[in-house]
Amino acid sequence: MDFSRINNKNKNTGKDIVTFNKKKFRFSDWFAEKVIKAVAFLSIAVVILIFIFVFREAFPIFKMDKKTSASTVTLVQESYGGSGTENSTVKKADNQVNNSNIINATDEKPSATLLSNTWMPVSDKPRFGLWPLFLGTLKVTLIALLFAAPISIMAAIYTAMFAKPRVREIIKPVIELLAGFPSVVIGFFALMVMATVFQNIFGYASRLNAFVGGIAMGLAAIPIIYTLTEDALTAVPKTFIEASLGLGASRRQTAFYVVLPAAVPGIFAAVVLGLGRIFGETMIALMATGNAAMISMNPFDSVRTLSATIGAEMAEVVFGDTHYNVLFLIGSLLFIFTFALNAVAEFYFKNLVIRRYQSKK
Amino acid sequence: MNRNVKDTIFEGLTGISVLLIIFIIVSILAITIVGGWPNLNWTFLSEFPKDGMTKGGIFPAIVGTAVMTIIMAIAAVPFGVITAIYLAEYASEKSVIAKIIRFAVKTLAVVPSIIFGLFGLGFFIGFIGKNMDGLLNGGELRWGQPNILWASLTMALLTLPVVIVSVEEAIRTIPREMREASLALGATKWQTIRKVVLPGSVSGILTGTILAVSRGAGEVAPILFTGAAYFLSNLPHSLSDQFMSLGYHIYIMSTQSSNVDATQPIQFATTLVLLLLTFSLNAVAVTLRYRIRKKAK
Repeated sequence: MDFSRINNKNKNTGKDIVTFNKKKFRFSDWFAEKVIKAVAFLSIAVVILIFIFVFREAFPIFKMDKKTSASTVTLVQESYGGSGTENSTVKKADNQVNNSNIINATDEKPSATLLSNTWMPVSDKPRFGLWPLFLGTLKVTLIALLFAAPISIMAAIYTAMFAKPRVREIIKPVIELLAGFPSVVIGFFALMVMATVFQNIFGYASRLNAFVGGIAMGLAAIPIIYTLTEDALTAVPKTFIEASLGLGASRRQTAFYVVLPAAVPGIFAAVVLGLGRIFGETMIALMATGNAAMISMNPFDSVRTLSATIGAEMAEVVFGDTHYNVLFLIGSLLFIFTFALNAVAEFYFKNLVIRRYQSKK
Repeated sequence: MNRNVKDTIFEGLTGISVLLIIFIIVSILAITIVGGWPNLNWTFLSEFPKDGMTKGGIFPAIVGTAVMTIIMAIAAVPFGVITAIYLAEYASEKSVIAKIIRFAVKTLAVVPSIIFGLFGLGFFIGFIGKNMDGLLNGGELRWGQPNILWASLTMALLTLPVVIVSVEEAIRTIPREMREASLALGATKWQTIRKVVLPGSVSGILTGTILAVSRGAGEVAPILFTGAAYFLSNLPHSLSDQFMSLGYHIYIMSTQSSNVDATQPIQFATTLVLLLLTFSLNAVAVTLRYRIRKKAK
């Protein structure tokens, strides 16, 4: 049925071209087409503008490097309003701190602190070390993915392979309802209910931590992974399944050895898009992870994610300040990462799916 | 192990996964309803917050959310519908431009919402707003700061893909024969789109709009620094005013409020209002979409 629809479309567009070459010129038609084309370009323009404007605000950090270190020091000082004498003491103190630190931040360049281990943007001597934020994001994302991916894939297998058609018609829309829950509601639920329940079960110290945040963010990713996996599973040709069942395999064996292998690229794409959702999730991270930027591998410690940092601090920074630029830099990193994930899911995995079925036709 | 036993275990595990997800959905709904219902009454919906936001209602947040989503829909729906028309009617399957547009739409759909917030701040407020102030107000600060217009436009960009996808799907369900009949009667392509394609996809446009409104009403990250306000004693009466929003209100009340425990009933009731709003909108959209898909078969 699907194939016939695709053929129709091709015929349709082909026919249109033939018909319209013979028609006489009509201004309204010509104008409408131009306007529609121009508007359709808007989505491309928006993506490019996002690129430009998020990067533009992040760029000054790298420009500061090119100035002499002395001028950078005054710059930093200006934005925090210290007087001359304070300046020298601050500078001395800085040097001491730097000497005692093994980190290679040898002077006050804000961009040099980007690779350090402390995120302390609001202090006399601001440090913009992104490592704790990276690590925190990684930890939360991993927890969320380990929770959401297996459960959504299993649920999708049940819906596609085992459920009766009538049950399926109920399960699918109900799980998709979860996609309609605003992330602030899931965050609120995590903050009010899950945090307390998990603390009672596991008995850890800080109520809000990577684990609670991870599970809550997993909830936000479940409908994405579930829906796309289910699509991938049902896209496997019926003939495969019938052949397997006809040879005497059980439905589980068919699911395991026939349907799942055939749907692997689609499932990967689903997980990758789920990962993108978790990675950029802001409100749940803000509300449920505790927001403490520290370096630890314990899943029950508080963490601060990249996106939550932007959400929490952007409202308080001064326009054009170093801190402001660093937050935009974090935004650029988030944007590049999700853009790349989407591109991989879109081009790489989709090509795999298409090649698989076409070679078997 | 016996094959039948393995089969049963595997089927059981997958079934349990489904039940677990449904259990989570039901418990979120149930806990929000139980926690919020006792406090949900007419005064709560129609009053301003009182006593440093520890008492009173959420009227300005409801109005703010409504106004913001209306402006957002006015901006997003026409652009979304036109892009969908281009993708479904004008672009051929193989056209490179159409492929790039499709990729751009997908990118917009997966970009984290906080990035839209940054973009709104950098582009709408920092670039357009600042320049508007320079040209119109002689440098006096009016548009170069967070307000409801910039928040709505930021949200419109976020919801654009939602509209495009729904409308394109609906346009594609219109039978080819109807277009051909129209063309055969001598109608031009634009006339066919206006008189045959668009009327046939009204339910799709409606679905897209409802989904976009539901998404826009629930998102908080894009408006965090483009226009949402902590507390306002007035409703917004111009596009350059800030506004209160339900989602932002929940976030503020549950994390930044001076007395989180005392305001818990307000938090739950606000969450219930937001959840009911997005939930009912989604239910309508899902039903509409289900009908469209059934018609297509």
